[in-house]
Amino acid sequence: MIALRLALVACLFASPAGATRIYVTNEKSNDISVIDSDTLAVTQTVKAGRRPRGVRVSPDGKWLYVCASDEDGIQVFDTASMKLLRTLESGPDPEQFAMNAAGDLLYIANEDNAQVTVLDVKKNQVIANVPVGVEPEGMALSPDGAVLVNTSETTNMAHFIDAKTFARIDNVLVDKRPRYALFTPDGSKLWVSSEVGGTVSVIDAKTHQIVKKLRFDVPGLTREEVQPVGMRVTGDGKTVFVALGPANRVAVVDAETFEIRKYILVGQRVWHMALTPDEKYLFTANGNSNDVTVIDVAALKAIKSIPVGQAPLGVAAAPN
Amino acid sequence: MPGLSALRRLGRALALASLTLGYAAAAAEPPLTVEIVFVSHARPPSPPYVLDPPPPGEGFDGAKLALQENATTGAFLNQVFDLQNVELGEDDKPAEAVKPLLAQGKKLFVSALPAQETLALADALKAQGALLFNAGAQDDFLRGAECRPNLFHTAPSRAMLTDALFQYLAVRRWSKILLVPGPNADDLADADAVRAAAKKFGAKIVAEKPWTFGPLARARSDAITQAEALTFARGVEADMIVVADEAEDFGDYILYRTSEPRLVAGTQGLTPVSWHPTHTAYGAEQLQNRFLRMTKRRMRPIDYQAWIAVRAIGEAVTELRDADPQKIAATLQGPNFTLAIFKGAAASFRPWDRQLRQAILLAQPKSLIGLAPQPGFLHQRNTLDTLGVDETESACKSGKP
Repeated sequence: MIALRLALVACLFASPAGATRIYVTNEKSNDISVIDSDTLAVTQTVKAGRRPRGVRVSPDGKWLYVCASDEDGIQVFDTASMKLLRTLESGPDPEQFAMNAAGDLLYIANEDNAQVTVLDVKKNQVIANVPVGVEPEGMALSPDGAVLVNTSETTNMAHFIDAKTFARIDNVLVDKRPRYALFTPDGSKLWVSSEVGGTVSVIDAKTHQIVKKLRFDVPGLTREEVQPVGMRVTGDGKTVFVALGPANRVAVVDAETFEIRKYILVGQRVWHMALTPDEKYLFTANGNSNDVTVIDVAALKAIKSIPVGQAPLGVAAAPN
Repeated sequence: MPGLSALRRLGRALALASLTLGYAAAAAEPPLTVEIVFVSHARPPSPPYVLDPPPPGEGFDGAKLALQENATTGAFLNQVFDLQNVELGEDDKPAEAVKPLLAQGKKLFVSALPAQETLALADALKAQGALLFNAGAQDDFLRGAECRPNLFHTAPSRAMLTDALFQYLAVRRWSKILLVPGPNADDLADADAVRAAAKKFGAKIVAEKPWTFGPLARARSDAITQAEALTFARGVEADMIVVADEAEDFGDYILYRTSEPRLVAGTQGLTPVSWHPTHTAYGAEQLQNRFLRMTKRRMRPIDYQAWIAVRAIGEAVTELRDADPQKIAATLQGPNFTLAIFKGAAASFRPWDRQLRQAILLAQPKSLIGLAPQPGFLHQRNTLDTLGVDETESACKSGKP
């Protein structure tokens, strides 16, 4: 039985890159838009809980996890049927969350409650509550699974937390309203976006020192209009995409030289993004224009915009 | 040996206690204590005809919420925050009331007081090197000729509020204004700000009709209506009636009672405000919810302005790791200080008059109409400086403290 399941997983991973599904949470229409990455069209719209925000797919692609922020739970959908299976104990007002590599633990930022909830998915049991700063939001787990990072928007810190003992290791002050945390694939750097500060802090994951602060001077826009939020990194660790909120652009950053290679114009108020597993496309959720922009990653060009529900915020790509 | 096991138990209990002391338990040094004082007048109960009376704790509640937030952050940095509430009686002088607190070494004050008392308090504090954050008075002269080096303003000035309104009117091209000032000094100051804003944003005040019919808005349906009040605006070709009625005596009365159909804005109707229950964008919902949970009521502008003041102090202390008032003042006026205040663009203090730059909401009672700066209004330094008095026009000569 176990062997069979392993074989199945191996088979899934071995399948050639190609069509996958992209899940978009629509915060105000309370639904999920499912996009086919081949046809670049919405194939299905599924009702979700109130105010769906953070979204992830389990490593095996079977389950879709969606934060229903106003219902204080994380909903689990069967990706094959898109039926709601159960709702997990998330603690109050879940917004963003991280997942371990095995997919059996979720680390959830409880925005209204100044804590991080660690949840055993199988048992649907909270195994730890970690007190953090005011308005926790961004969550990231280091690639080796040892360090958990949470950003608190009003306290303006990245909290480094031991992922085994859940003791806090360090608190790093960053610019105002840090919203998203992202480890580079080699685990050496942590990128933190500060929405109101208008910057991205690149933090050495070992020394916890800020090694670079990125600013985004978008031609024709004022500093205040540039509000970095969601980020994604390519598998080779060479390129980071930074969504710039009301600047309606995605910055393409060389992760080694920190040079900003390009600003790609997307829809209005771009929040979060997802790369397809083959890294052919980047999908961006545009909260004010109610659409998703598809970026051709090789060409660094926006090639299509796909209408979705109201106030799209989160995006996740199926791993297969 | 019962004594030994009891000692061991005590040892364990102490170890636990030091663990529960929390984040800063490892630090041996005593925490930095930051003491803040909030000063306002105790309010007599409102007469029954006031439909939306100011709640007890207005202002202080906002400061209290911000203090909790500062304390959460401070726990990571070995900083402790304390807030004291001073409620003045009707005849109490703020400068006298704070004397014992100054003697105790308190240096950081937040007030929600009328303009003259704000000034008197700032002057009393100045001698002791203490700072005052004005979270209540909107008067422009406090930022202008009567500015003080130790006086910061988190309340928007009248000029900022009226500029916000006139930016919106300019966008809508509603440029012909009938101005209706009330009889009080505040109303006249408000009317001055309206005239200045109209000039700045290209609106034309086609007529001015001072309100002379008494507090009709307070009268209820069984009251006798004054016929002249219904016809006073007849024949004036205006897009909009702008009322200057801070006492809420007549602004609400005018809407729907004019001869010609006319919109009303200003102190009633469409109002420019620092905060409003309908505002939920830019993460504001989180702040609204936190406040509602703590107080069981909605956050009002004075609560919000007091919240900003205490948050600004907290942010400066976080950056400085120090609560010295002169260092805080310098940090707040420095070019790199910003504060997230749930209205999009980061807030900061204008170094020339220590007024907080902030976006202004345009709202009617149950609906948010817009946010200023309106799109298209630009400034070479910061778009928020399209609202209020700019550096070159400022009458404040006190410079940096």
